Amino acid sequence: MDIRDAFRRYRPGFERETTRRAKRAAIAGLPAFLILAVTGSMGLALIIATIVFIALYVPAWDSLPLGHWIVTLSVILLAVLYPFYYPNLFELPIFGAFPSVDTGVTMLIYIMMALGLNIVVGYAGLLDLGYVAFYAMGAYTAAWFASQHFSNVTFHLGGVGSFGEKSSVPGIHMTIWLVLVFAGIFTALVGIIIGFPTLRLRGDYLAIVTLGFGEIMPQIANNGDNLLGYNVTNGPQGINPIDPPGFGNTLHNAVGLPSDYLSSPTSTRLFYWTALVLVLFTVFCSMRLRDSRLGRAWIAIREDETAAAAMGVPLMRTKTWAYAAGAFFGGIAGAYYASFKSGTFPGDFYFNISVFILCMVILGGMGNIWGVILGGAFLSYLNQEGLANIGAWMNANGVSDAVFGHDIDVPLYTSGIFGVILVLTMLFRPEGLIPSSRRKAEFREGVSDEPLYDVQH
Amino acid sequence: MATEQARIRVRPGYRPDVLSMIGLTLVGVVALWLVVNFIKEPADFYNLFLIGMTNGAVYGLVAIGYSLVYGILELINFAHGDVFMLGGMLVATLTTSWALESKSGGTLWLFILLMLLIAMAFCATINTTIELLAYRRLRNAPRLAPLITAIGMSFILQNIGLVWKGARPTSVPDILPHGTVFTLGGIPYTWNRFIVILFTVPVLTALVWLVQRTRHGKAMRATAQDREAAAMMGISVNRTISFTFFIAGCLAGAAALLYALYITNIRYTEGFRVGLIAFTAAVLGGIGNLPGAVLGGLVIGFVESFNNGLGWHAPGSDWTQSIIFGILILILVFRPEGLLGERTPEGA
Repeated sequence: MDIRDAFRRYRPGFERETTRRAKRAAIAGLPAFLILAVTGSMGLALIIATIVFIALYVPAWDSLPLGHWIVTLSVILLAVLYPFYYPNLFELPIFGAFPSVDTGVTMLIYIMMALGLNIVVGYAGLLDLGYVAFYAMGAYTAAWFASQHFSNVTFHLGGVGSFGEKSSVPGIHMTIWLVLVFAGIFTALVGIIIGFPTLRLRGDYLAIVTLGFGEIMPQIANNGDNLLGYNVTNGPQGINPIDPPGFGNTLHNAVGLPSDYLSSPTSTRLFYWTALVLVLFTVFCSMRLRDSRLGRAWIAIREDETAAAAMGVPLMRTKTWAYAAGAFFGGIAGAYYASFKSGTFPGDFYFNISVFILCMVILGGMGNIWGVILGGAFLSYLNQEGLANIGAWMNANGVSDAVFGHDIDVPLYTSGIFGVILVLTMLFRPEGLIPSSRRKAEFREGVSDEPLYDVQH
Repeated sequence: MATEQARIRVRPGYRPDVLSMIGLTLVGVVALWLVVNFIKEPADFYNLFLIGMTNGAVYGLVAIGYSLVYGILELINFAHGDVFMLGGMLVATLTTSWALESKSGGTLWLFILLMLLIAMAFCATINTTIELLAYRRLRNAPRLAPLITAIGMSFILQNIGLVWKGARPTSVPDILPHGTVFTLGGIPYTWNRFIVILFTVPVLTALVWLVQRTRHGKAMRATAQDREAAAMMGISVNRTISFTFFIAGCLAGAAALLYALYITNIRYTEGFRVGLIAFTAAVLGGIGNLPGAVLGGLVIGFVESFNNGLGWHAPGSDWTQSIIFGILILILVFRPEGLLGERTPEGA
């Protein structure tokens, strides 16, 4: 082969790779620079921007071992160390302080739920408006297996902290790790049961049916204190306290692992790191699922159901698996959240939560894991702290006075703001902030759901 | 549209005869339950029947709005219920600010009629604006895109309602007369309930006339059947769709007036609740089918009132919402075309 031929063949790819890295560096470096320039010193901003630029652009990281993972690994490292450097962080303009570690836990749990929903909506293209049902299922599983709710039974398995393994506290008390597995499996089963009759419906009908299930679930939770004579959910009072996570006294004494998160002095950090591990697990599973045979079948169904069926993809089974997988992660997240908040209440499971999680998936970019993580982190931060901070800033700096004539309570507008985000995303960037390339093509060019002879009006 | 037909027909693994037997058994059990209840407490039964009919008429009016829009765009207009809620809030404001509880007789009716027109215009404006701003740009997007937009719009409108009237229910002065129109089994049917029927029937007649007999109606039906072909025949598709949203909004306004005056309070979440019930009614009657929507509304109204009130083995009001959604799920699974619908949801 002629050397020039080889060179010519090589160059286009090389150019693409270079531009790609330059773009990445610019995208990462510019905001870092701007944020620092506004808040801190110019010099520091320049240094950080340079570091980001060098790290992402200059060396051919991709040729090194682990090179592909350098960005991912740095992000994970930053996330893991967050509780340590968080107190020293500067204040952002408008948004105020960085989220506290406590908010971080909630953010991570919502990210996990968003990733679960992403499997259903993003991969398989089934609009699920009742995802909160799975979250509720997981939370109640945790409540059943790790609280004093069933006080006529006394059962301890790998008991937690203060209860010890041989304690005589009434109720079922299992270690959280088992409860998480149970919650996942149980919720996946519920997903299959819900999915079996409904998944044969298409598009918007499926959305409505899932919405129906999502509405029925809190009502069952609310009325479940007398379900055929049994007190299943303890009604509107909810079930609390739920046991905290922990490794039990045996492991505590032997290896030094925390026996009980709540009584540990670094309790919030422990919750944070555990949530982070769960999110990483979800990300790993999402990636592997996406690239598996099943994942490709999901994408095929999403793009063209008829064609997929013609190619031999079993529609019902594949869709049910998508549902079960999404439910699995929703259930684990729900159980962990219940354990974190140490209680579960029917009022937590209303439709707006479903839409809230859907909003994360859509804003971030359906089908793209990194997009969904970004969307989930940003929106749950807004919901937890961000909107209150922004409101405080607006009121303090006279923005509210100038625009509205009086101070305003920004969190009052939460649902409206999420509505606006949904509408604007759908109108101007339906593929989300960080789209997967396939999804983008579908939204830009349309899918075969439309008739081929479609004309523009 | 032909593919749509094929899709619904292909439902592998299901044998329709088994299905219809399950369905008939369910209906039979419900009928038996009603009969037993009727024999035990006839007076209660009549009373609940009248309540159910009144509520059902309101649900029917809202349901027609869903049905019209679904018929023409195949879009579940989630925001419709919230448009209805805002209309109700406007009625609450007007009733208080015009001090209608101190008026009576002819003046009162004049004001109610004026309020009806204002509420209809208000809701129609909101509905058309939503269509113009949000749905029109998404005509050729995948079907989930407008649906998600509609959910977003519903949240925005709900938030507007929350900011406007606060989180607590707003009470509406009880201005309708309470005299008896007729008695059924010893239960008086009062004017404030009868008015709902009195408004619903002419509105429905006018609507059917509009859709069946006028040029606009013809354009609507044509657009619902095949948008491209309609455009080729010289029908302005966008204007027709706008007109449909206008009509749907008018109906929501009328329903809002009746609901607010009859229930005498309104809350920002009410739109979502009534919207879902009405959507269920529309699906139950066969979405895209106007008499079906009213029939569905009545059925849901009866289900609600009987379930809330009957004494013998009724699940009670705690479960009403679940039962209504249960019906929705059963209908969608067993008979997606609804009671009166055809196999495909194609217009009125």
